[in-house]
Amino acid sequence: MKFTTYIKASVVASFLVSGAAIAGPEAEVLHWWTSGGEAKSVAVLQQEFADNGGTWTDMPVAGGGGDAAMTALRARVLSGNAPTAVQLKGPAIQEWYEEGVLADISAVAEAQNWAGLLPASIAGHMMCEGTWCAAPVNVHRIDWIWANASVLEANGITMPTTWDEFNAAADKLAAAGITPLAHGGQAWQDATVFEAVALGIGGADFFRKAFVELDEATLTSDTMVAVFDQMRKMRGYVDDNFSGRDWNLATAMVMNGEAGFQIMGDWAKGEFLAAGKVPGEDFLCQSTPGDGFLYNVDSFAMFAVDGDDKQAGQALLAELIMGQNFQKVFNLNKGSIPARIDVSLDEFDICAHISSADMAASNEGGSLLPSYAHGMALRGAQSGAITDVVTAHFNSDMSSADAVAQLAAAVKNSM
Amino acid sequence: MIEWLERQLPKIVLAPSFFAVLVFVYGFIVWTGWVSLTRSRLLPKYDIVGTIQYDRLFVSPRWDTAMFNLAVFGALFIIISMLLGLLLAILLDQRIRTEGVIRTIYLYPMALSMIVTGTAWKWILNPGLGIEAMVKGWGFENFSFRWLVDPDMAIYTVVIAGVWQASGFVMALFLAGLRSVDEEIIKAAQIDGIPTWRIYSAIIIPSMAPIFLSAFIVLAHLAIKAFDLVIALTGGGPGYSTDLPATYMYAMAFSRGDIGQAAASAMVMMLVVFAIVVPYLYSELRAKND
Repeated sequence: MKFTTYIKASVVASFLVSGAAIAGPEAEVLHWWTSGGEAKSVAVLQQEFADNGGTWTDMPVAGGGGDAAMTALRARVLSGNAPTAVQLKGPAIQEWYEEGVLADISAVAEAQNWAGLLPASIAGHMMCEGTWCAAPVNVHRIDWIWANASVLEANGITMPTTWDEFNAAADKLAAAGITPLAHGGQAWQDATVFEAVALGIGGADFFRKAFVELDEATLTSDTMVAVFDQMRKMRGYVDDNFSGRDWNLATAMVMNGEAGFQIMGDWAKGEFLAAGKVPGEDFLCQSTPGDGFLYNVDSFAMFAVDGDDKQAGQALLAELIMGQNFQKVFNLNKGSIPARIDVSLDEFDICAHISSADMAASNEGGSLLPSYAHGMALRGAQSGAITDVVTAHFNSDMSSADAVAQLAAAVKNSM
Repeated sequence: MIEWLERQLPKIVLAPSFFAVLVFVYGFIVWTGWVSLTRSRLLPKYDIVGTIQYDRLFVSPRWDTAMFNLAVFGALFIIISMLLGLLLAILLDQRIRTEGVIRTIYLYPMALSMIVTGTAWKWILNPGLGIEAMVKGWGFENFSFRWLVDPDMAIYTVVIAGVWQASGFVMALFLAGLRSVDEEIIKAAQIDGIPTWRIYSAIIIPSMAPIFLSAFIVLAHLAIKAFDLVIALTGGGPGYSTDLPATYMYAMAFSRGDIGQAAASAMVMMLVVFAIVVPYLYSELRAKND
């Protein structure tokens, strides 16, 4: 008699114990935020997750701007053991969705009303065929132009608002013996300048048709020829040593007054701030000439996992990522702005305020556009094909007409 | 039983590695060949759709550049390394006093990783930091040496760095070859009053044919696998002007999620290797049968 009671008791106890284990949310998070400010940013999320009773298994894979992490992800998914959440962005989210490995986090998203908190085009990236499958952490703006305030003042230049003004300012700087444009000759940096020029010269509709819809008539249009013409001018404004230079060294050139301008996403701001420079006084930030806003949104995609503890972890993670506190602290560390539009910007600097105001305005005006150079607009094969042509043109004496012809052929070949 | 075991022992010992090679080399060659016939993007798929990936590959200007670069780099790297290695070996062969020290110095670059070589040469060849800046600093304001940032010349900087690394090793190979030539023949030639250069060109070098073949095989495989050197030295740039087939394949497979295209380029690379290795194997096998 006693024995059966003992068994019953132990069976009940073991249920209780395992029940307790299920209660703790768990998440294994694959990301490549391993350097300075980025690591600090992700630690914020880790801390919040732990404070809410979760167990965070960190899986940082450094290297190759995420290439190494993607290779790790591929191996994990193929072996049927996907991480809970993965740092993914842009069309890559939908690409993984099509492989049938993403989870549905609509319950959290609808409870928190994400649709009302995110700009529509950014929300679109987080959805896979009508369900929510990823959570955004930030909005980087790509089409920034940074300048050294004292260099501009010494040469009587104001921040350019058209590309003609930019060219005039650059010619003036060149005449004064200062490198007009600090630039690093790496393919992605060439592409970053290219898309800023394309948006400025062609406008938002042109950009969307060319780099989101890959419309052939737009890709071969005269406007595109004009964009490549301006790129040829830009090539004349960089110094002779630009090949292979890292972006932060180019930023340092602006900081030291060796160069006047740099066109780079808002992570460049982090370099200025880390060197103790004050926005608006030591360095100036402004959107590149022309209307529109090119965004690069980092996000976490949730992968389909088994087990209540992991799914609870996923829900908690999604909730925290979209939480006001995390969106604020994370973006203060990273130099970007919150993806949520209702976060207070009191502690942010002037550049972030500009970015946020422009994002709201361009969202209204339909010119809030995904960056092609940073993998937000197109899939890897297509954006890579465009970048090949852009960088080949920038680094040779190819004519604009040839570049346009190659562009159309390369896009067709990448399908 | 023991006798049987003794007879079978070599086969048993070799079986695991044979099996491993069968799966991990030939098995994956077949797998890659299969994937290259599909429309695989992010993850491999297995529905064969024909040669579309090869069609895409052969119209891609970037692939043309990569193959052209492999030809230029491979030919120059092998020829210059061999000539320079031979010259250094002959000079060292003159029974000079500090031969041991000099030999070590020339051999040392081989001990470095290609990444180190590439990074060091990147700085040496950078117009603003390296040779050009130095010579300008001496007062020659018009001096210009900017191959590294010139898309048409950048591939030759890869040759320079590669030759710097490999020629010392080739020198050591040749030096061993020179030393193995029969002293008696050389002495006989010297007694006959034949000039030194004739001794080298007519007697010593022709008798070193096997060494040339070994050096060629070592250098050829270094050339084809030269991936890290390009990544460290130029990153494939300016633009993609120093892309090699290996960097092309890496970009497609790991940066762009275009696995089908990467598999197709890998198959073409393998055919290039076969084109070099098969005649060599054939001649080796024929020599043995004779």
